[in-house]
Amino acid sequence: MNTIPVSQQRTLNISVLRHNPADPDSEPHMQTFQVEDADAMTLFVALNLIREEQDPSLHFDFVCRAGICGSCGMIINGRPGLACRTLTRDLPDDITLAPLPGFELIADLSVNTGKWMRGMAERLETWVHAQGLEQIDLSAIEAPMEPELAQQLYELERCIECGCCIAACGTAQMREDFVGAVGLNQVTRFRLDPRDERTDAQFYELVGDDTGVFGCMTLLGCQDMCPKDLPLATQIAFLRRRMVAV
Amino acid sequence: MPVSATFQRTRPGHTSMQIIYTDVLVIGGGLAGQRAAIGARRRGNEVIILSLVPAKRSHSAAAQGGMQASLGNCLGGAGDNEDLHFADTVRGSDWGADQEVVRMFAHTAPKAIRELAAWGVPWSRVQRGDHEISEDGKKKTITESDAAHGLITSRNFGGTAKWRACYVSDGTGHAMLYAMSNQAIAAGIPVHERTEAIALIHEGERCCGAIVRNLVSGELIAYMARATCIASGGFGRIYRVSTNAVINEGMGAAIALETGLATLGNMEAVQFHPTGIFPAGILVTEGCRGDGGLLLDGSGHRFMPDYEPEKRELASRDVVSRRMEEHITAGHGAQSRFGEHLWLDIRLLGADHINGQLREVKEICQYFLGIDPAHELIPVRPAQHYSMGGVRTDARGQSPQLKGLFAVGEAACWDMHGFNRLGGNSVAETVVAGMIVGDTIADFCASAEGQLQLSTSLAGDFMRRESDKLKAIAQNGGGESAVELTRQMQETMTSNVGIFRHGEKLERAVSALQDLQQRAAHVGLRNANRGPNPELVAAYRLPRMLKLALCVAQGALLRTESRGAHFRDDYPQRNDLQWMKRTLASWPGDHDQLPTFDYEPLDILGMELPPGWRGYGARDYIDHPDTAIREQQIKHLLAAAGELDRHQRQNLLMPFMHLLPPLFQGRNQRLENSE
Repeated sequence: MNTIPVSQQRTLNISVLRHNPADPDSEPHMQTFQVEDADAMTLFVALNLIREEQDPSLHFDFVCRAGICGSCGMIINGRPGLACRTLTRDLPDDITLAPLPGFELIADLSVNTGKWMRGMAERLETWVHAQGLEQIDLSAIEAPMEPELAQQLYELERCIECGCCIAACGTAQMREDFVGAVGLNQVTRFRLDPRDERTDAQFYELVGDDTGVFGCMTLLGCQDMCPKDLPLATQIAFLRRRMVAV
Repeated sequence: MPVSATFQRTRPGHTSMQIIYTDVLVIGGGLAGQRAAIGARRRGNEVIILSLVPAKRSHSAAAQGGMQASLGNCLGGAGDNEDLHFADTVRGSDWGADQEVVRMFAHTAPKAIRELAAWGVPWSRVQRGDHEISEDGKKKTITESDAAHGLITSRNFGGTAKWRACYVSDGTGHAMLYAMSNQAIAAGIPVHERTEAIALIHEGERCCGAIVRNLVSGELIAYMARATCIASGGFGRIYRVSTNAVINEGMGAAIALETGLATLGNMEAVQFHPTGIFPAGILVTEGCRGDGGLLLDGSGHRFMPDYEPEKRELASRDVVSRRMEEHITAGHGAQSRFGEHLWLDIRLLGADHINGQLREVKEICQYFLGIDPAHELIPVRPAQHYSMGGVRTDARGQSPQLKGLFAVGEAACWDMHGFNRLGGNSVAETVVAGMIVGDTIADFCASAEGQLQLSTSLAGDFMRRESDKLKAIAQNGGGESAVELTRQMQETMTSNVGIFRHGEKLERAVSALQDLQQRAAHVGLRNANRGPNPELVAAYRLPRMLKLALCVAQGALLRTESRGAHFRDDYPQRNDLQWMKRTLASWPGDHDQLPTFDYEPLDILGMELPPGWRGYGARDYIDHPDTAIREQQIKHLLAAAGELDRHQRQNLLMPFMHLLPPLFQGRNQRLENSE
């Protein structure tokens, strides 16, 4: 971080991979925009400036612009990351931006992570499975949980489904049906949760093959690129050991 | 049970209008919308959620510090109950809230926490034994009991008598939204992502759905529904400096306003959060101060105790924000090249606490400021944060003017926040109101008035109207830029309709906004791309945002008093004599230049807690004669009734249980009364 000297006057050359699939005449191409760098400028600020002042058709996704919603994953100089919290001062003069691979392209830097994540959630059933969830006695004192366990669950739940782990994953680039680190992490999260009544045999049905935990090649890209620093590779290794035991 | 009516068809030969039919249409996929959808779905209705973004990316995820509910498990929460939560919320609102609604809310909040616990939210739990905490700048040791071990814990927040904010580290909203979304997926509720409702369909005073634009393909689809629920969040983006996500442009409230029938309540009540990081305006949670963090000025002096000896950094947000700006104006700000600010100091909490309980704050400081808050000060200044106003509803969430239209969460003026909301009460409102309104919608759909003769010609009329409007924008060819006009609107609001308001500044703001409204008619597009077209989106949202901005600015100009977050330099006192009333704004004529205002009285004689001093902030206010009468009434009622427990006492003063769905009427159990 912060190893590049700050030069107030520098001009950034931001090259964006452009393509609008809705336009039959659109061909994928790189387009370079010049932007004057500024203090504390993020890629969120730079891309909005480009859209406001240079090209109103430029497409990208931001929601929270604070690194918590996972909307703005993109390839930044070859590495997946969250654009909103990437400061331009940490980047060289030439910046290349491309959409995350592994997802349906909407246009330019916008990809359909929402559809992918919903499909993953439906397939892995990423919710607490328990009898009588619709008849809970809401007046009664809640069931206790060890504080440490609650903390562990939260650690795994910090995932923001940004898709960076999918973009960084060798297997996901080769097979579309791989559930990826994002999916496997959620399985470990529900497996750890005593409120979920599913057994290992049931989890095996969900992830016990090459589209699940046995598809991972242990290249560790997911963990290296996770913006939330989740221990993804560790979780996958752990889950694989449990699934082998089924 | 209502018959499922969801199917989709394109009518051949009948142009290419696409109509989707459903029982319930929910506009907005955050916590409030999803919980209402789940409630309606559970009772057998077909439900569709529309969302600008994937539901898990909704702004609900940004709630960091906690959700208020009086569980009373941990030591700091011991003795807490609905009565205290009610009183704190009413005082926080500066007596602007609907007290019956506050009662419904305070009663249901513990149930909402417990439901979410069963659904998988990993609420932080009480750890038995000794803990070192920071309070009022000093270290102190507290001991949690064995009995409470493992139950849901809570932290201190501003304006509350007890530690009441239940939390999941400082990712509370994220954890809640994921559990909620996963339950909605489990219930099979479809979320139509990247869609925007651009008009409500209504036949006279009956709402029947919405015209919806697909933000990817640009096509328009009519959604016809027996019940329509607006859950699209707040409108913070009419301001330049806001903690809100970029999608919080208030379009749900705006399309309700554009029916000319539905009213928006208390739009001038806008909250500014004390600790937006400077200058980006990104939120750092009130939990920082709740956990013992301090506010320092440019010379490192802790100034809040000078102004607010009772609650110090933990007075309500409106009070703390005003004191901060007052202190900066008095010349005590810290200087930076972006302007003046103050400091938030959480160094005293220690690295362990910050890494465990304030992780998101740590990440935000690291990525956006390049600092470690365990060792360095965080530059902060108040930023627009929350819209207390919104679509006015009755106590069960329905618009009094448009049958079949419901609103919930920040988009609504239900009205439990009045003129200032307490920290942790909004994320609580989303879920609580979602529970209550979801059930109400199901009741409505099951009733005779919930039936609907669906008319495709009605849908066609609205479809043509909206399609013509969009074509006119695309072909306008005018010289104005939507981006530039939006920027000017935001600047106007931040400069002239901010924390300190004044008649002259507000008049300037109204006239500037009207000028922008005129210029907005001449916005031209530079790009006519098919498919996703962000420029077109900005162009059609601009006039709607300007209408909301005018409701805020003109409403603020007309309200010649100071109440909660609405502060007038020229009328610095709360004036109960003239202003015990809720502002209602409507926009009856398409070509009107200003909203039409009406006022709904707040009846002091029906209040459980008559107006008084809040316990912090200004002590002088202009009394209403009814206040003394009501105080006497309450005294006599209680004296005549003899020995009462707190539930009987409450019921005597202001019964509210009949307003709640039977599902949520049960008495909340707590540690203290379970033994």
